[in-house]
Amino acid sequence: MNDLTPTREQRIAALEGMGCKRKRVEDIRFTQGKGNYVDDVKLPGMLHGDFVRSPHAHARVKSINSEEALKVPGVLAVITAETLKTVNLAWMPTLAGDVQMVLADGKVLFQNQEVAFVVAIDRYAADDGINKVVVEYEPLPVVIDPFTAMDKDAPVLREDLAGKTSGAHGPRKHHNHIFEWAVGDKDLTDAAFKKAEVTIKEMISYHRTHPSPLETCQCVCSFDKIKGELTIYGTFQAPHVIRTVVSLIAKLPEQKIHVISPDIGGGFGNKVGAYPGYICAAVASIVTGKPVKWVEDRIENLTATSFARDYHMTTEIAATKDGKVTGLRVHVLADHGAFDACADPSKWPAGFFNIVTGSYDFPVAHLVVDGIYTNKAPGGVAYRCSFRVTEAAYCIERAMDILAKKLGMDPAELRLKNFIKREQFPYHSALGWEYDSGDYHTAMRKMMESTDYAALRKEQADKRAAFKRGETREIMGLGVSFFTEIVGAGPSKNCDILGIAMFDSCEIRMHPTGAGIARMGTKSQGQGHETTWAQIIATEIGIPADNIMVEEGNTDTAPYGLGTYGSRSTPVAGAAIAMAARKIKAKAQMIAAYKLEVHEDDLEWDIDGFRVKGLPEKSMSMKDICWAAYNSVPPGMEPGLEAVSYYDPPNMTYPFGAYLCVMDIDVDTGVYKVRRFYALDDCGTRINPMIIEGQVHGGLTEAFAIAMGQEIRYDPEGNVVTGSFMDFFMPTAVETPHWETDFTVTPSPHHPIGAKGVGESPNVGGVPAFSNAVNDAFSFLGSTHIQMPHDFWRNWQAAKNLGVFA
Amino acid sequence: MAKTHVTMKVNGAEVEGLVEPRTLLVHFIRENLQMTGTHIGCETTHCGACTVDIDGMSVKSCTMFAVQANGSDITTIEGMANADGSLSALQEGFRMMHGLQCGFCTPGMIVRAYRLLQENPQPSEEEIRMGISGNICRCTGYQNIVKAIQYAAAKINGVEFKEAAE
Repeated sequence: MNDLTPTREQRIAALEGMGCKRKRVEDIRFTQGKGNYVDDVKLPGMLHGDFVRSPHAHARVKSINSEEALKVPGVLAVITAETLKTVNLAWMPTLAGDVQMVLADGKVLFQNQEVAFVVAIDRYAADDGINKVVVEYEPLPVVIDPFTAMDKDAPVLREDLAGKTSGAHGPRKHHNHIFEWAVGDKDLTDAAFKKAEVTIKEMISYHRTHPSPLETCQCVCSFDKIKGELTIYGTFQAPHVIRTVVSLIAKLPEQKIHVISPDIGGGFGNKVGAYPGYICAAVASIVTGKPVKWVEDRIENLTATSFARDYHMTTEIAATKDGKVTGLRVHVLADHGAFDACADPSKWPAGFFNIVTGSYDFPVAHLVVDGIYTNKAPGGVAYRCSFRVTEAAYCIERAMDILAKKLGMDPAELRLKNFIKREQFPYHSALGWEYDSGDYHTAMRKMMESTDYAALRKEQADKRAAFKRGETREIMGLGVSFFTEIVGAGPSKNCDILGIAMFDSCEIRMHPTGAGIARMGTKSQGQGHETTWAQIIATEIGIPADNIMVEEGNTDTAPYGLGTYGSRSTPVAGAAIAMAARKIKAKAQMIAAYKLEVHEDDLEWDIDGFRVKGLPEKSMSMKDICWAAYNSVPPGMEPGLEAVSYYDPPNMTYPFGAYLCVMDIDVDTGVYKVRRFYALDDCGTRINPMIIEGQVHGGLTEAFAIAMGQEIRYDPEGNVVTGSFMDFFMPTAVETPHWETDFTVTPSPHHPIGAKGVGESPNVGGVPAFSNAVNDAFSFLGSTHIQMPHDFWRNWQAAKNLGVFA
Repeated sequence: MAKTHVTMKVNGAEVEGLVEPRTLLVHFIRENLQMTGTHIGCETTHCGACTVDIDGMSVKSCTMFAVQANGSDITTIEGMANADGSLSALQEGFRMMHGLQCGFCTPGMIVRAYRLLQENPQPSEEEIRMGISGNICRCTGYQNIVKAIQYAAAKINGVEFKEAAE
């Protein structure tokens, strides 16, 4: 030991392992414009494809004439449903067990539906071709309002399903009905409501919106006729699933399909599904023998590739007079648009919406979800949330506020009274989940102390009195939200996609010089996996994170995985990484024992290597073990230092958090100002606090957008009226509030490193916080529930309806 | 369609090309010049992913024709690093303050912030927020982008960067 010998702290710091705010390795290329996104991929001879789309929301397609289009200079082909029928691809299966038209087959069912695919030498020529394709339509009656879709005389939308009285999820009770999904005990719940001292009932809508990542959906398909191989570069959150789906529907051998997800410009759920553009580009490449690129524009993105939400939730709570909840009853009308292309695990038609009991100890609950068809774009996807969890959190958090108002209780107090207690975990919910861990009271109390909640309520009471005296026209709202997420899909016992269990994977290969490469089945879209995955490995095996290269997105090299969405990467792949690293470490221990001439059991782990128990000077660093793995392993042992782990989680993880939004609203203009937003998140073990905070900031900003204005809205004829960034609310730096972040740490008991996932929590918890703030502001004027989104116009209308201009 | 000859200076180098009159500047930069750091996010001038610097102004290159840029002096993200190839103060600031996630808006954001700091070397937080309000980021919530620009301003001005208290 001399002055140059690093201290333990220095050795730990040198690893840049878990818990450290490691700067991102991705940023070196991204800040210099050297990312490699799909539209940056340019292959020799590459063509461009683009869609002719329907102006009608519901119409019969009488004819498609491509004659003039094919005369346009640079146009090479026009693909229609008739072309696709020759390869049996006019329709494709959806993740939800439905089928979807790839190109209009006889009729169109939503505005901007794909009708024909024009292939040309560049994107300008393709556009010229589109303008020359003549399509003759016969308009049909349109169904936009989900509440009338199941009227007796409602137009038949899906003629292809005529006579089919059951679908992928059981019986259909109407021609526009997709499924009914019921969970919980109806009789016990009905009984609880019968003897309830207090009940509330409200129809709570979560409007249709869109994830809208800054990079749209796109792909480049390249078919090699000689080898019979198809290479697809695409904006895929789940590249392996895409490979398997393409193999199954295009009848190509899976080993001859190479799927590459390069850098992805945000996903937020939009890039989970399979879209007609991918199929058409692949067919076009097979037909022309050349690579074909397809790039959505923004209007296409907003109007055709998957929307999110559109859940209409009639919610009832039964309670005692003193505020103890005794039952929950929810009926959801779920508008899936023209095709059920919901991106959920296959057995879950409404995702994990049965987390709707939230953070509260409901003894009984009953839930029914009815999925229906309308003349809107198909979907929907989980926009920065686990499957339908945002809808569930919004439903219960809004309903708890409504109950608090009816009881005359403070919303925070009502929540504290009904939380699942720390000693109740693992907790079995009335709708079937086993919550792994939680400490809700601590989180809620920390939020209330940090924000001085009591003082804010006092200020609100004073302001309300001043408003009633006519001294101010500003009202103040406090939006309390306490959410429990369910993420990390998932255990193979209940989660699969098209039969493939939702495990995830990691392969680590250590090189002789003490460096290595790690590959996973996940795919970052901005979450920073190249940075954080290396941090887990660094802590587990004592090799600096800088020496670990992380690679994702190439199905030829990465082990099979189910991809990145639903906050599943850390709960599932993060666990696989730790398990693979532990396999490396176990072999390293045998090598170290051999080299140090001791028994394995005489060794102990020490930050970055093994040392002999009781003889700390006798040690071997992991770096030296890597070298030894390639030149002097124990007799009988295979050389090398590699490991693969496929991790099938025993349970989901249940991140939670306590949020508070303080909002002021001018009743005369409807203009609101978010004065303060505090977000406490508990995501278990924290791998990189800098990245966690960044994820929370981003998720809150999306929640803010959704709650306060972001909507995909249709007029009665089925025209999308919010189809560009002019009309679809995208907050800029000016509108976006300042975010305060905080945390508690309740590690997951079943996860190898105790991590739970965080990327989507702020969206799940954020939306009810904003909406509850608006509703809380108006409540003293007599309102019970005001529907989202709460833009200035709707706030002004709310004020008007409540008579404040009288 | 008949093509027009254009010349311009891009990141200090003279470039030329034949373009259709309708060719958008962003396509000329990305396709003809093969500089793909400038991105396309909306094609309607809202998102700012395509922002480049033209003759001392921030311009959204998705709604300008290449022929309109004939004879101009353009800087793109590929021209933002220091002369020795190291990260500029802004690029470093974005990395140090975690001012980016997916990286798609980042080139436009940095090019815009560069012009903002030329116009106003010591902007307040409010001026920064207003100054980048033509650029949309879907990932960060802007808070760390503001810090990144404050970091760069401090570094350029030779003063110590004090991160705003949370």
